[in-house]
Amino acid sequence: MLYAILCYHDEAVVGSWSKEEDDAVLARRDVVTQKLAAQGRLGPVARLMPTTAATTVRSGRESLVIDGPFAETKEQLLGFYVVDCTSLEDAIETARELKGGESGGAFEIRPLRLFKPGSRAT
Amino acid sequence: MTAVAWIDAALRASRPQAIGALLRYFRDLDQAEEAFQEACLRALKNWPVNGPPRDPTAWLILVGRNFGLDHVRRQSKSQALPADEVISDLGDAETDLAERLDDSHYRDDVLRLLFICCHPDLPATQQIALALRIVSGLTLKEIARAFLVSEAAMEQRITRAKSRVSKADVPFEMPGAAERAERVGAVAAMIYLLFNEGYSASGGTVHVRVHLCEEAIRLARLLLRLFPSEPEIMGLAALLLLQHARAPARLDADGNVILLQDQDRALWNREIIAEGLALVDKALRHRRPGPYQVQAAIAGVHAHAARAEDTDWSEIDQLYATLERLQPSPVVTLNRAVAVSKVQGPAAALAMIENLAAPLAGYFHFYGLKGALLKQLGRTDEARVFFDRAIALANTAAEAAHIRLHLDHLINESEPAHDVHAAR
Repeated sequence: MLYAILCYHDEAVVGSWSKEEDDAVLARRDVVTQKLAAQGRLGPVARLMPTTAATTVRSGRESLVIDGPFAETKEQLLGFYVVDCTSLEDAIETARELKGGESGGAFEIRPLRLFKPGSRAT
Repeated sequence: MTAVAWIDAALRASRPQAIGALLRYFRDLDQAEEAFQEACLRALKNWPVNGPPRDPTAWLILVGRNFGLDHVRRQSKSQALPADEVISDLGDAETDLAERLDDSHYRDDVLRLLFICCHPDLPATQQIALALRIVSGLTLKEIARAFLVSEAAMEQRITRAKSRVSKADVPFEMPGAAERAERVGAVAAMIYLLFNEGYSASGGTVHVRVHLCEEAIRLARLLLRLFPSEPEIMGLAALLLLQHARAPARLDADGNVILLQDQDRALWNREIIAEGLALVDKALRHRRPGPYQVQAAIAGVHAHAARAEDTDWSEIDQLYATLERLQPSPVVTLNRAVAVSKVQGPAAALAMIENLAAPLAGYFHFYGLKGALLKQLGRTDEARVFFDRAIALANTAAEAAHIRLHLDHLINESEPAHDVHAAR
């Protein structure tokens, strides 16, 4: 089963990481994703721009375009992984591994209902 | 990331909001700062043991406020408040406060704090110093180093600024719409100044002070989170991002200025550029153009050009024409002249800046550009006079060295001409 692992964190905190800290987090995650890729279990991975760059389209009588993220929350969706896992237990283990010892934030695991890998080059 | 690094980042991220709220309680900057310091110390002791609270900012405000109240109570010899270990278990208290923070109070707290720092009564250098100290939490030493003054001098500057704003009496009730717009404008201007201070230092040898630029970007993002639908704030954030993206290419290994047209564009930070361009796109949808948006759009045109010769100079010329209309200034006209020199040639540009000699009499870039245009027209003797003036007015060693390079070229007569202003 494919699972999406959604990464939530307070973007003000993530924005306060120094470049070295940010690089260190990514490097540590890379170790895990490379392993998953080698096992043929890794789907798309994305890191989202800050919610200040977000625009939301809401449908009403006519669709309304709003600046900012869909929901005002303490922790924002900052990125996601799609991983092939044998069970929820396996997905939880993978999420734990991705999160490493990192404090703060939360990873949400959502089973995928439909997956289209898309056709975009690279 | 280690727990300590995370706590550090959380304290930094919480700072503007927490100090803003504490200022609302205590109505005194020093007291608010002291309470926040104390809350941070307790967080450093408490969080590694009990784990981070669900809402670090709410925790810091609550503990900081209790410390302040405790302080007052101790003086009046009445009962002390419960210890923080108890507080962090009081989920309800935290939820209460968190809810209060989510309403518009919180936005106005942060805005008030920023506004107090850039109060119009303060000269620009004091505004920036105060914001770096209070909002960003930089140490006196860091700020003093950034401004190349002694720590004692910086402390005095900040103390003076604080006493001035405490006398200025910024009202604490919710500002009206007009007042809020005015405050946002003043805060945006201060952030812009802070960035410029980092981007092109007004003195000393370190031409680019990355730290100040990054801090300005952090504040611009904060302001944009508070006002997510303000196109000018999107423009400001975009402008800073797009300029900052070029930082790795702006100086060579010896610290010499590298002109925009000579920069290795592979060094530009594409990730930051993409975010800047996304914000420009978003802002333009509002169809309420303003100076920051136009400047961001200009930076965006440069960012789009894969090579210097691909630059759409007529687009830049038009954007500068718009900026001249929105915000007439001799500096804007000077910048437009660079674009005109690319589109119509140096003679047209020279004619355009003819009248700027008086208003820009002390401006380094005026002499640099005029010298470069004269050089392109083959009027080398006149060019030399303007380059000499530019050197005399150079703010940093890098600027002076750059003009000297022009003079060397004049002597050698072999190198192609460069315009000075495109270095910006």
